[in-house]
Amino acid sequence: MIEVKNLRKAFGGQEVLKGISAVFEKGKTNMIIGQSGSGKTVFLKSMLGLITPDQGEISFDGRIWSALDDKQRAQIRREIGVVFQGNALFDSYNIEENVSFPLRMFTDKPASEIRERVNEVLEQVGLPGINRKFPSEISGGQQKRVAIARAIVMYPKYLFADEPNSGLDPKTAIRIDDLLYELTKHYDTTTIVNTHDMNSIMEIGEHIILLKNGVKAWEGSKEDIFHSDNPDLNDFIFSSELFRKVKDMVQKLGGGL
Amino acid sequence: MKHILGFFELTGKYFLLLRKTFSRPQNRRIFWQNYVRELDDIGLKTVGMILFINFFIGGVVTIQTALNLENPLLDRSLIGFAAKQSVILEFSPTLSSVILAGIVGSYIASTIGTMRITEQIDVLDVMGVNSANHLVLPKIFATLSFYPFLIIISMFMGIFGGWAAGQVTDLVSTADYLEGIRMDFEPFHFVYSMVKTLVFAFLIATIPSFFGYYVKGGALEVGRASTKAVIWTSIMIVLWNYIITQLLLS
Repeated sequence: MIEVKNLRKAFGGQEVLKGISAVFEKGKTNMIIGQSGSGKTVFLKSMLGLITPDQGEISFDGRIWSALDDKQRAQIRREIGVVFQGNALFDSYNIEENVSFPLRMFTDKPASEIRERVNEVLEQVGLPGINRKFPSEISGGQQKRVAIARAIVMYPKYLFADEPNSGLDPKTAIRIDDLLYELTKHYDTTTIVNTHDMNSIMEIGEHIILLKNGVKAWEGSKEDIFHSDNPDLNDFIFSSELFRKVKDMVQKLGGGL
Repeated sequence: MKHILGFFELTGKYFLLLRKTFSRPQNRRIFWQNYVRELDDIGLKTVGMILFINFFIGGVVTIQTALNLENPLLDRSLIGFAAKQSVILEFSPTLSSVILAGIVGSYIASTIGTMRITEQIDVLDVMGVNSANHLVLPKIFATLSFYPFLIIISMFMGIFGGWAAGQVTDLVSTADYLEGIRMDFEPFHFVYSMVKTLVFAFLIATIPSFFGYYVKGGALEVGRASTKAVIWTSIMIVLWNYIITQLLLS
């Protein structure tokens, strides 16, 4: 579980996060949604330790980040898996070297055991047998799955994904969503996905937080979306004609998804 | 005033990066793998160009010296002596380093810069890898260990180029040229050259790394960082060339 209390961050006098508090539960796909510029990325990067907040507290299963020493922080970092928007695969490494990197860096496991684990996670993400290829030789969707494989290779407790569907076709995007959902259940991770992709939200959003102008504007599940009269949520989610029609149909039927 | 403050800010950030860089590698095996990779990328791949340039520089020095030595009272062996001195003292260590600043500096700044803008450095940081140590230290080791050898070979090539030019133009005989090469050999000049080479090698590895590491933005900014890296590395090489010369030779 990740708990955030009263998180604040400003850049050059402009406050980007204005006191956000949230609880992200273990074994759930938690989603942070919001328009561009709403503070999603700064919020996510603050939780990842890439940005130091001006005020507030982030705790990982009770371990308060700001109160930890370097060694304790390093331990938490090894429990984190992350998938960035652009995949962030190391260009000079092949797929096996990319996926095995955390294992080679932080463990003393023999090469055979590392290879076995790499093959296992590549199998899990549906990409067996591409070990020797380089990132530039595979498609964007495959790169995303390799990035997910690298993120889970160390059996993470916390899985972060920043815009995992960005730039992917709808079918591949759904595969990535399903994969994140399956891995969350399989590894029992606290998964946090940053997105503004409506399909993702409806597909795997077990716990959703809407950010608007640096504040938490709404919180709930994908089922709650159709019954909420929160204006910010309705403005964001049902801005398209298609989703307004879906909402009307769901409300007529009197149920959720 | 703004520019002066900006310069001090840059200098401070540079030394902070160095402090982050100089720590024990988290995994020695990965460090040595990266070191070997860097030896190939920023060492071996530059050999051809450096030898080519030094061969012709040696040739030009020989021809120019020969054409300016018209006084019959002056010994023709001075041509070989002038070629040797200029190649060992200046052309091989300094000019080669300025050329390396262009070739290697732009390579280092653009690769690290691209890693920054594509979030590869963020991934390392999130994992708990000391990204500066992981990316920059192998480059420093590679340049410091390889460039002295490269410069020594380039000295031989420059002197050989001088002899070849003398033969082609018939301006100096082999015997005179060899006599000049052996004349008044001062071992300290070689030490001075090696000191310069090591300092320049450090600058070539660290200044472009600094500009790449702190890139913000996109492809355009990476390009600009690469250009700045080459300019600042060249400026620092020229400055340190003067400082070292003043300290060691005057």
